[in-house]
Amino acid sequence: MVDVLSTDISRRALLGGLAAGLAVNGAGVGSATGQPRAGGRIRIASTNSSTADTLDPAKGSTATDYIRHYMLYSGLTQFDGQLRGRPGLADRMVTQDNIVWNIRLRRGVHFHNGKPLTVEDVIFSLLRHRDPAAGSKVKTVADQFASARRAGPLELQLRLTGPNPDLPAILAVSHFLIVENGRRDFSKANGTGPYIAHEFAPGIRTIVRKNPNYWKPGRPYLDEIELIAIPDEISRVNALLSGDVQMVNAVGPGSVKRVRATSTHSVMEIPSGLFTNLIMRRDNPVTANPDFVLAMKYLQDRELIKRALFRGFATIANDQPISPIDPNFNPNIPQRPLDPDRAKFLLKRSGLLGVRLPVYAAPVANGSIDMGSVLQEHAAQIGLKLAINRVPSDGYWATHWMKHPMTFGNTNQRPTTDMMFSLFFQSKALTNETGWNHPRFDRLLLEARSTTDAALRKEIYGEMQLVVHQHGGLAIPAFISLLDGYDRRLKGMFPIPLGGFMGYNFAEYAWWDA
Amino acid sequence: MSAASTPSLWRGAGRLIGKRIGLALVTLLLVSAVIFTISGLLPGDAAQEVLGQGATPEQVAALRHEMGLDRPAPVRYAEWLGSIVAGDPGQSLVANKPVADIISERLPNTLTLAALAALVSVPFAFLIGIASAVSRGRKLDRGINVLTLSMVALPEFLVATIAVLIFAVELLWLPSITIVPKDPTFAQFARAYAMPVMVLAVGVVAQLGRMIRAAIIAELDRPYVEMARLKGVGPQRLVFRHVLPNAIGPIVNAMALSLSNLFGGAIIVETIFNYPGLASLMVNAVTSRDMPLLQACAMIFCATYLLLVLIADTVAILANPRLRQV
Repeated sequence: MVDVLSTDISRRALLGGLAAGLAVNGAGVGSATGQPRAGGRIRIASTNSSTADTLDPAKGSTATDYIRHYMLYSGLTQFDGQLRGRPGLADRMVTQDNIVWNIRLRRGVHFHNGKPLTVEDVIFSLLRHRDPAAGSKVKTVADQFASARRAGPLELQLRLTGPNPDLPAILAVSHFLIVENGRRDFSKANGTGPYIAHEFAPGIRTIVRKNPNYWKPGRPYLDEIELIAIPDEISRVNALLSGDVQMVNAVGPGSVKRVRATSTHSVMEIPSGLFTNLIMRRDNPVTANPDFVLAMKYLQDRELIKRALFRGFATIANDQPISPIDPNFNPNIPQRPLDPDRAKFLLKRSGLLGVRLPVYAAPVANGSIDMGSVLQEHAAQIGLKLAINRVPSDGYWATHWMKHPMTFGNTNQRPTTDMMFSLFFQSKALTNETGWNHPRFDRLLLEARSTTDAALRKEIYGEMQLVVHQHGGLAIPAFISLLDGYDRRLKGMFPIPLGGFMGYNFAEYAWWDA
Repeated sequence: MSAASTPSLWRGAGRLIGKRIGLALVTLLLVSAVIFTISGLLPGDAAQEVLGQGATPEQVAALRHEMGLDRPAPVRYAEWLGSIVAGDPGQSLVANKPVADIISERLPNTLTLAALAALVSVPFAFLIGIASAVSRGRKLDRGINVLTLSMVALPEFLVATIAVLIFAVELLWLPSITIVPKDPTFAQFARAYAMPVMVLAVGVVAQLGRMIRAAIIAELDRPYVEMARLKGVGPQRLVFRHVLPNAIGPIVNAMALSLSNLFGGAIIVETIFNYPGLASLMVNAVTSRDMPLLQACAMIFCATYLLLVLIADTVAILANPRLRQV
């Protein structure tokens, strides 16, 4: 039996995380260098909050929710810089077949109200997601939890419906944070996290204070954190520069220079797997034509999109969804270039050069309107007329996304390669964006899950990336970097590619150097 | 006016005001119906918005049933209408809290901001309006005209952004976002509100000032002013004793419009200063399709507007003997 959270992996992972942090912050500012100091009070601003803000981890739906939940609760595992699951409330996770998992809990952990953490709390926290009435955002993921039973005072056995080697990473997602056994009323928060809720006003603010009995000795460092949201980007950056908040996420690429020009603030670039993609549906005769699809891929001006839309804060992508930061990334697929001649040849061969097709884009799909314009320009040069239909962000996902032959989608970094593929590419997936059906891809996906050898799994994932690159009905021009702005006195952080604010989990790492 | 005719005059005014209140209630009813219908046309509903992109159809259907959204629209409207008449705005679909609780958290914020802005802008507007009317055609008047016209033309978001860049980012005098601590000292309170109030006041002062000027000038051309002048009434006494009371009708009307603008049009200021007021709450309710919350916000905005107009009309009626007799 192998403990997948073993210290060896953890140490390497941690070092990897630190190295990435140093590389991003050349001067070492904001990185995990120096001796952390206790104390200090900060205010941070995320992008949106509303009356839907919640204290229930299962219902979290915005960055603001995820940050709040990571401050108040702890998970069985925690992400490192490479999105691997490291020990959290579980100090050991053992499996032989990736189906039956034996999980041992850390000793001496207490909830904020003083109640000790028990196996029953964990079983309840995991299985509650399967109940439709719980309204969990990860119900489809939790449906693979076949059963969980107590195996000792601090041990439990979790049985899955099928093999899944990524369980340690999945359990680090904020939705699976551990709550009290039987808790259904989330008007108050009672977790085991680094901070205790002091004030929670949905849509206005969350104030948390240091948990003196946190299970990681010496942590957290800050006395108090106030979390607010400033939806307007200019206001958010202004609030940072005027000292009203000490950290913000989603800094616009255009504001980076302005922030970096100060001596007091800086921006952390977090390369991530976030992308905006052109979706070509298989249920329309035009966009199902392989020549047409390939032509659209050859019409992507990836260099221009990276340079002009994202000011260089992006990584060129290759029409498949696994980014270079993913350990399973396949670097051996040749990069598809911008090749209008080839596109024209393909379109002529398909006989579709004369079609007039609308492409739907909305501001909510990050950069999609400009990507559409770039595409339209290149298409016009070879005689293909595309209309870009700019539609409102409000209701875009429900009414337009995947509902027309050509729409833009926008997908966040997912914690595991498997999640990305099974959510958006498996033929029976609910959000199979292009509506494709590729039996071999589906077979490979299942094969990867039941493979215990990580190297072999990486090989399978590599092949799946090639399949999507060649046959997938989507064009992905670039992976977009996340940009966090912060006060230089705020230290101890390194990027976790899942999202801004260290994959939303900065609170127990950050310290104030004043 | 003679003592004998006074009661009948008041009765006439009372009847007129009563009619206005009746009309206001009808307007509120129509507005609620229109909002209910229009928001029903928006794509998606609260259940879809709450569950997000990855929800299964079964999950959406279950939540829809729980929220009562699977019943026909007229039934839902009638039910809402029944409870609002009884004084209960219902339960928020998204926040799982009574709408009244959510509103009671935000309404005082909006009222504070609007009241402060009114308090600052009304005296300034009078000052500017009177000064430029009295010096009509002279340098002062022309100067004020150019100033107020450009203030009216400047969009609020521009004024706000420039103010933030100067006072918050460069000079570091004032906060760029409005966060009022729980029990603020006067200094904290003033610092927090200084910029949003200033930005809101810019537009109101200019607009109201111009209308006051126009109203006073209209009176200054009347024969009774000429007569007063000939009788040797000084300029100050002329404006404050003779002209202002006669011009008060149109001025109060203009004030009502400007103030309702302050109350409802604060959305840009709320966005830029991240101020948790009613306008941003209403935008929130639209995007999350939270119908009861949306309706409640709309009713408050509409009722405030109608109330201000009603007050203006009442003042105009009471100030004008001819209207009183209708």
